[in-house]
Amino acid sequence: MPTTRRQFLSLAGGVTVAGTIPIVTLRPLEATPAMLNTAIRNIVGEAQIHTGRVKLDIPPLVENGNTVPMTVSVASPMTADDHVKSIHVFNEKNPQPNIGNFYFGPASGRAQVSTRIRLADTQKVVAIARLSDDTFWQIAAEIVVTLAACTEEMN
Amino acid sequence: MAALINVPSKAKRGEIIEIRTLTSHIMETGFRHTADGKLVPRNIITSFACRYNGTEIFRADLFPAIAANPYLSFFTVAKESGKFEFEWIGDNGYSSTASASITVE
Repeated sequence: MPTTRRQFLSLAGGVTVAGTIPIVTLRPLEATPAMLNTAIRNIVGEAQIHTGRVKLDIPPLVENGNTVPMTVSVASPMTADDHVKSIHVFNEKNPQPNIGNFYFGPASGRAQVSTRIRLADTQKVVAIARLSDDTFWQIAAEIVVTLAACTEEMN
Repeated sequence: MAALINVPSKAKRGEIIEIRTLTSHIMETGFRHTADGKLVPRNIITSFACRYNGTEIFRADLFPAIAANPYLSFFTVAKESGKFEFEWIGDNGYSSTASASITVE
């Protein structure tokens, strides 16, 4: 049966009305795209992720997404009983959600790593730390990028 | 391959020291196209490791989101005199090593 213009419009209108309210009310405070979520779950599994303890130093506004300095640190005594096992950094809108995984041990002395990353768009960066007691701690930062990286044409 | 390593030459026993490494690598993401539309194949460093007198003290998995010429800075406790060995491994069989020595008093 061919759809008439009237049927289509009433259907589309219905969907809009029904769709708006749930989207507004159900969306979590920080909506993370599915890819980012999957990448995080691949590392964390089903464990609960707490907020805090991790510090993410990254400029809030960058002109060139091709090289963005970033430092991640965790307040930890770094003893054999209480240390940071690893830090995992993710992004929201690059073609791939992973940025890097960094592994530490009691011999590290300080759970801190600095590197330079690429950001393809204005987006959120998430850092998750795994402690020796297998708890996970995270922090997120919003970064505004004016010149994107990764996908531009090569000359 | 050229690598720049910054390790203090001397340290006190038990001191926490910073190690900085920089290596030259294009870190081609595999998401870029040439002007005529061909995909440029991925060519990145995928892993980095640092050993202190044979014991691994720091390791990293790198992804295309790491900028070209990867820079990494991390820390360790200076416990004895000896040697740091650094190793970068990447796509297309890429492998590069470097080393630095330290005197602990």
